[in-house]
Amino acid sequence: MTADTVISCKNAWKIFGSNPEAYLKSMPAGRSFDEIRADGYIAGVKDVTIDVTRGEMLVIMGLSGSGKSTLVRCFSRLHDITGGSISVEGQDLMSLSEKELIELRRSKMGMVFQSFGLLPHRTVLDNVAFPLEMRGQDKHTRRERALEVVKLVGLEGREEYFPRELSGGQQQRVGIARSLAIEPDIWFLDEPFSALDPLIRREMQDEFLRLQGMLGKTIVFITHDFDEALRLADRIAIMKDGAVEQCDTPDQIVLHPATEYVRKFTEDIDKARVVRAGALARADNAGEGEPVDTAASVHDLARLLVQDSRAIIPVASSGKVVGGMDRTAALDILLGAG
Amino acid sequence: MADIADNLKTDTSGIALWTRGRWVTVILAVAVALTLLRYGGLLPDALHRIPETMIPPFATWLDAFFNFVKDDLGLLTLTRTLTEGLEWLLDVTANLMFGKRRWPHIGPIPWTAVAGVAAVIGYYLGGWRMAALGAGTFIWTALIGQWTIAMETMSVLMVAAPLAFFIGLGLGILAWKYRAVNQAIKPILSVLQTLPFFTYLLPAVIFFKVGPTAGAVATTIYAIPPMILMTTLGLQKVSPEVVEAGNMSGCTKWQLLRHVYLPSARTEILVGVNQVIMLCLAMVVLTAFIGMPGLGAKLLAMMGSFKLGRSFEIGVTIVLLAVMLDRMSKAWVVKQPEHFERDTPWWRKHVFLLTGIAVFIFFCIAAQFVPIFAEIGRKQNFSQGKEIDTLIKGFLALDPVQNTTQTIRYVLNVWILNPFRDFLLSIPTPAFILLVVAFALSLGGKRPAIYAAIFFGLVALSGWWDRSVITLYSVISAVTLAILIGVPLGIVAARSEKWSQRVLLACDTAQTFPSFIYLIPAIMLFGITATSVVMSILIFAMVPLTRYTIEGLRTVPPEMTEAADMAGATRMQKLLKVQLPLALPTMAVGFNQAIMFAFFMVIIAAFIGTQDLGQELQRTLAGTDLGKNFVLGICVSLMALTFDLTIMKWATDRKKALGLPD
Repeated sequence: MTADTVISCKNAWKIFGSNPEAYLKSMPAGRSFDEIRADGYIAGVKDVTIDVTRGEMLVIMGLSGSGKSTLVRCFSRLHDITGGSISVEGQDLMSLSEKELIELRRSKMGMVFQSFGLLPHRTVLDNVAFPLEMRGQDKHTRRERALEVVKLVGLEGREEYFPRELSGGQQQRVGIARSLAIEPDIWFLDEPFSALDPLIRREMQDEFLRLQGMLGKTIVFITHDFDEALRLADRIAIMKDGAVEQCDTPDQIVLHPATEYVRKFTEDIDKARVVRAGALARADNAGEGEPVDTAASVHDLARLLVQDSRAIIPVASSGKVVGGMDRTAALDILLGAG
Repeated sequence: MADIADNLKTDTSGIALWTRGRWVTVILAVAVALTLLRYGGLLPDALHRIPETMIPPFATWLDAFFNFVKDDLGLLTLTRTLTEGLEWLLDVTANLMFGKRRWPHIGPIPWTAVAGVAAVIGYYLGGWRMAALGAGTFIWTALIGQWTIAMETMSVLMVAAPLAFFIGLGLGILAWKYRAVNQAIKPILSVLQTLPFFTYLLPAVIFFKVGPTAGAVATTIYAIPPMILMTTLGLQKVSPEVVEAGNMSGCTKWQLLRHVYLPSARTEILVGVNQVIMLCLAMVVLTAFIGMPGLGAKLLAMMGSFKLGRSFEIGVTIVLLAVMLDRMSKAWVVKQPEHFERDTPWWRKHVFLLTGIAVFIFFCIAAQFVPIFAEIGRKQNFSQGKEIDTLIKGFLALDPVQNTTQTIRYVLNVWILNPFRDFLLSIPTPAFILLVVAFALSLGGKRPAIYAAIFFGLVALSGWWDRSVITLYSVISAVTLAILIGVPLGIVAARSEKWSQRVLLACDTAQTFPSFIYLIPAIMLFGITATSVVMSILIFAMVPLTRYTIEGLRTVPPEMTEAADMAGATRMQKLLKVQLPLALPTMAVGFNQAIMFAFFMVIIAAFIGTQDLGQELQRTLAGTDLGKNFVLGICVSLMALTFDLTIMKWATDRKKALGLPD
């Protein structure tokens, strides 16, 4: 674990059932999800080891029931894990007392929920100020801060509305504002846009990227929508039956799927839009001529790839050449043969 | 019931069913054989009724137990201490509402002020119509000259309802939080809900003082169970995400309960408040039986002396109060907070509160100068008791009317009720129990059958078998008649949206009336006779039957009726083959409620003069026979519970089998 690891999760297990601790202790190693189910238990999180570094956006994705929500609830200890360990900012979560846990949530964590989880009897402003009220801040300060966050998410003028008077997108903005009110270091988002219409979803994703650009938080984002994951993620963790199948950058997941499941998952993706020049660059042969940017996707470079005659095209990050990209390999991806 | 048993065949596997059906046949055969033996004079008396000598003295044991708790454990001292606090509260409300000479010596509040405030609250909750209802109720009460007795009732209600609310809320929270509490409370609640109200009254009188205090205690206890149930239900229904949001906001356990759980369960808790208020009103009227002054006592006295006009007027007052309290508390349930635009001045935000206070103060001051605003004197009221009395009696004395009621009475008594009662009484006890067990087995399966055997076995052992059978006879005959009228009514009403709404509204309104009210029309038409008993139960039990028939039929999924239409079904075929089978589980809930209502009503009707358990129960009220009172009460409760368990089990099984939502 490096100094920049915010959440460190080691061999974490979460098993649901009548006596999960005893079961996990007596369970033979390498038991599969279905075998565990046959024993009368459900493995919500199955032997997960994953680190989240400061400032990164980790997207956890999987189908419903794959354990992604359970994993995130283990990170915030809304669920107690059955085995393994999870530490946040160096503190072992499971060894925290209730008071310490509340303190940690009050100062460091924010969470956004799929169906918003707003308190129906409080106005927008009171909902946003709720975490501040819980930690006992005085009325004046918390009002000021709440107004600030409400403005940040673009809900100015609706401070006195009640949740039921708002549209779904606006309600989720309140949810986001509430989660940001305490200025958390770690931001959990559990399928925040799944309950919204496609158009609003797109708008909220842009809004979210804007906020992230300003705030630069450490983010764990859950989604079942691969396009959303690709759009937002620094790294993607794909989950199935409680276990993480693969955790890597989007390019790597698309280019080198670790398992058959991940391959099937990525099959229908337009890889040219995902794979960036940086992922194809090889340091041993930089090639010659005008370089392309590492962040440019193969799709962005389509015209150049077809018209250029070089075998190796240099790739540069902020003006400095880091390697060369094989044009044929890039063309294969563009044509869907990669 | 045969078709119900037939329907059951679909939801159990072939073999299990074969055994169940066979068991039912065998049990029925034994019961019939026993009865026939009895008719042939071959059955020894000991098998016909349990001999007196073999009946354990439950009442004496219970008395010994109660005495131990009361005196040796000092419960009486405790309750008498509690009484003082309660009495103080009751005195305060009594002083405020009708000017009883006690601290704080402010009251009585002028009737105009009460009516005015009721109008403002009504307007706040539901606009002009609710305001008119609120003010109208109190204006009527004052003008008809019943202000003082109505306020006597209200002053107890004002103490009992909040008390029941807080106790119920607290117990509900505990039951939700701790499984053990929940499991301990559940069976007690189901017994409490079937226990006849006379059984609440006597302990209240013994442990608390006679009069308003005992009335308030009995009322409070009676109203607690639904509050507990609604609180637990509401808390369980809070969405897990809202709770998680609370946790992530760093709530402590207490903050979570106070700021997240309770406000989110608002709707259910307020529904609980509505039920508490309605049950309190129903009960507070009935506490007349233990000498609580108020509307109930007056009604009881008027009906006893057959003063129909005054009874009618008091009935109207009680109904108005009930409807007003019900509508207002229901409006409160659905009332959602509205936001104010920014920079709204504070007086605009609190405009209703300020108006209320202003109206109150205005009438209080006005009453100082205009006496009629403060109180309407004896000679000033508009009571038309005598005139209405003459009118009703004149109407009843008309030949056609009299002939009709006489005929109904004669046919019912001579041809139906008495033969049926004698038949039930002629069945030997073991055969009777076997019949009930067969009924429970065929509908509910093994568990209800075992309960039925135990419960009715206990009733037989209580030594009040004949009276229990008579109670049951009143219930069965009244509910059967109610089914014959109520179900067809529901079926006809369910045909059109408009009529469904109207009849449902009528049923909803009728259900808010305190049960006592149902005696009035029955007594008016049939006098103080056994027919009135059956009639009052009939009217009371018809309400849930009609209501659930409509609801059951209206909630049949439209694609099913459409499928029937497309299959070329006639209206009758559609009704019999599609709608009724699908509506039956919901209707069963109505049957069940009708039976529970009937058990409740049959006890109240004791006041008219019956020969059942209710009569004995009412007699115990005069003394301190706590043991006997409990034995009688438990008998009623056990019989009611048998039906409750069986029918509800059938309804849930059936709903599951049909894939209908609960």
